[in-house]
Amino acid sequence: MANSDAIVGWKTITFGCHILEPGNAANFRTGDWRSQRPVTDKEKCIKCGMCWVYCPDMAYSQDEEGYFVANMEYCKGCGICAHECPKDAITMVPEEG
Amino acid sequence: MSKRVGIEVSIAIAEAVGLARAEVIPAYPITPQTHIVEHLSEMVANGELDAEFIPVESEHAAMSCCCGSSAAGARTFTSSSAQGLSLMSEILYIPSTMRLPMVMVVANRAMSAPISIWNDHQDIMVQRDIGWIQTFAENGQEAVDLTLHAFRVAEDRNVSLPFIVNIDGFTLSHVIEPIELPDQEDVDKFLPPFKPRYKLDPRRPITMGPVGIPEVYTEAKVAHDMAMRKAKRYILKAWDEFAEIFGRKYNPVESYRTEDAEILLVTMGSISETAMTAVDAMRDDGQKVGLLRIRLWRPFPSQEFRKAIGKAKVLAVVDRCLPPGAVCGPVGAEIRSLLYKIPGAPKIFSFVAGLGGRDVTVARFKEIVDKARQFAKKRPRELYEVIGVREK
Amino acid sequence: MKEVRIHGRGGQGGVTSAELVATAAIAQGKYAQAFPSFGPERRGAPVAAFIRVSDTQIRTREKVYTPDIVLVLDPSLPGLVNVAEGLKEGGIVILNTELSESEVREKFGIQSRLAMVDATKIATEELGLPITNTTMLGALLKATGIVDKEPLFEALEKRFGRLAEKNKKALERAMNETVVTG
Repeated sequence: MANSDAIVGWKTITFGCHILEPGNAANFRTGDWRSQRPVTDKEKCIKCGMCWVYCPDMAYSQDEEGYFVANMEYCKGCGICAHECPKDAITMVPEEG
Repeated sequence: MSKRVGIEVSIAIAEAVGLARAEVIPAYPITPQTHIVEHLSEMVANGELDAEFIPVESEHAAMSCCCGSSAAGARTFTSSSAQGLSLMSEILYIPSTMRLPMVMVVANRAMSAPISIWNDHQDIMVQRDIGWIQTFAENGQEAVDLTLHAFRVAEDRNVSLPFIVNIDGFTLSHVIEPIELPDQEDVDKFLPPFKPRYKLDPRRPITMGPVGIPEVYTEAKVAHDMAMRKAKRYILKAWDEFAEIFGRKYNPVESYRTEDAEILLVTMGSISETAMTAVDAMRDDGQKVGLLRIRLWRPFPSQEFRKAIGKAKVLAVVDRCLPPGAVCGPVGAEIRSLLYKIPGAPKIFSFVAGLGGRDVTVARFKEIVDKARQFAKKRPRELYEVIGVREK
Repeated sequence: MKEVRIHGRGGQGGVTSAELVATAAIAQGKYAQAFPSFGPERRGAPVAAFIRVSDTQIRTREKVYTPDIVLVLDPSLPGLVNVAEGLKEGGIVILNTELSESEVREKFGIQSRLAMVDATKIATEELGLPITNTTMLGALLKATGIVDKEPLFEALEKRFGRLAEKNKKALERAMNETVVTG
């Protein structure tokens, strides 16, 4: 093991440890963490957007038809959207492999 | 023209904060700091000072507000004492590593229990390691001058750190004495508008105060420590500039009659004045006694202090704080570690005096010097004693 | 350097009189300190305030233990408190009293020089209140000259505004009526 596990030097760390690049959380692909994915039943979906509101990773966006779709690069499979959906339109399905 | 007036030190500090054009003042009143913030709230209410005075619900809220205010780029001031300062404690570490400039005057007071509203340095020694620059004032003029100096240094883009000016509660805060209040024009010359390196601005968003994972935290703290060490240069530079404009020169360590002195008293704060009078009296008796007054406590002026010792054989360090179970008083401990194993270093004796408003008189300083002299002859390893304590 | 201890009761304005003397002395170009007995304020309790006046810079933060001058605002205090405690040799005690010198010496056992004036009577007549802090400053001026009258009047005007006139009158009367013993 290296004698230092630092990923940044004290001379190169940002001033005050600020994050100077806005929205850089987008660089972190939390989709890798996922063990189950949300699947929306368009028959039941009323396009209310509750999944979009509650998603902690802002993974949801609206498609051309007005349905809300999770971006699998960021969806970490937490299941909050399925839990909050007022029409039980979202089901969590195990990822394969 | 600046004017010399008889004024209560607290009121003069508030006037200095006004002359500094503070923009946001979140504060909660506590004895003996109260007159400072009361007067500031009057100045704001009367339209004499264009600032937001935020009467918060606690000191914890006061310091939280200060962080937000400084992060948004406003010149920020607050003041507290004792238990109030301790209630801020959770927040105090935050603006320092986050490099948010602000100025706080602490009217130093004892920590309860037993309940004491009187003066000593226990409240600020609790906060020794919060990573703020800290100075100690000896008199009312210094309290005013150091307050202006604090804004100048804290907001210097090379420094960008929060700053505490310590003034002894009651002993300074409640005394009326002659103070030269500077001109607005001169203060404006000394203290340019606050231009922070970074601020919270929706047009240019950044994140302040993110998580510091183990792979980052040490480096963030070392960067802060290095900023403190580097700050000394700018603290001294600002004192030079202050002297040019206002004619009063300050140093991180002041020597008084140290030439050929064998025993040096070491003090911080307003007891330094009484100590000077005591040194005069002992010199009149033919004793080779001098005095070192520490004005800059953090960052500690190591070089300056070592130089100021000269050829003294004994240092009698007077602490106004009793840390139960410790090796000795905090200032004593600092100086012992500074001089450890340096060839020819003097013996360092640590005394605790003046707790909870007990007067530190000329007679007490003489007693301290006598004890130091006696113990130096006996060659003990160390001496640590609470002075003037009654046993039965 | 002259050191003064003022005895009063909480709320009688002892701290204000200390403040007035110190600010006047400073306006006169001297060095001065004024401070209360530090602590919580308690209306009616016997309290003290202190003044130092000097031609040179004052370099002490000790409390005043050996005053040159003691000023007592309330006639009942010498019976309760040893007002002459620590008084320097040649020092003076200035009392608000309706008693004669011999009565004062007998009743309170004060042996030092004395200055006496019935300040309660003067204040009641001139101010309509038995608040004697400014009236007793007249006795202080007459007995000691620690500060000049003009800067003291200016300090009074600054502090009291339109009420200053009455206070000045009471102070002048006390100056005239104060008896100083040898």
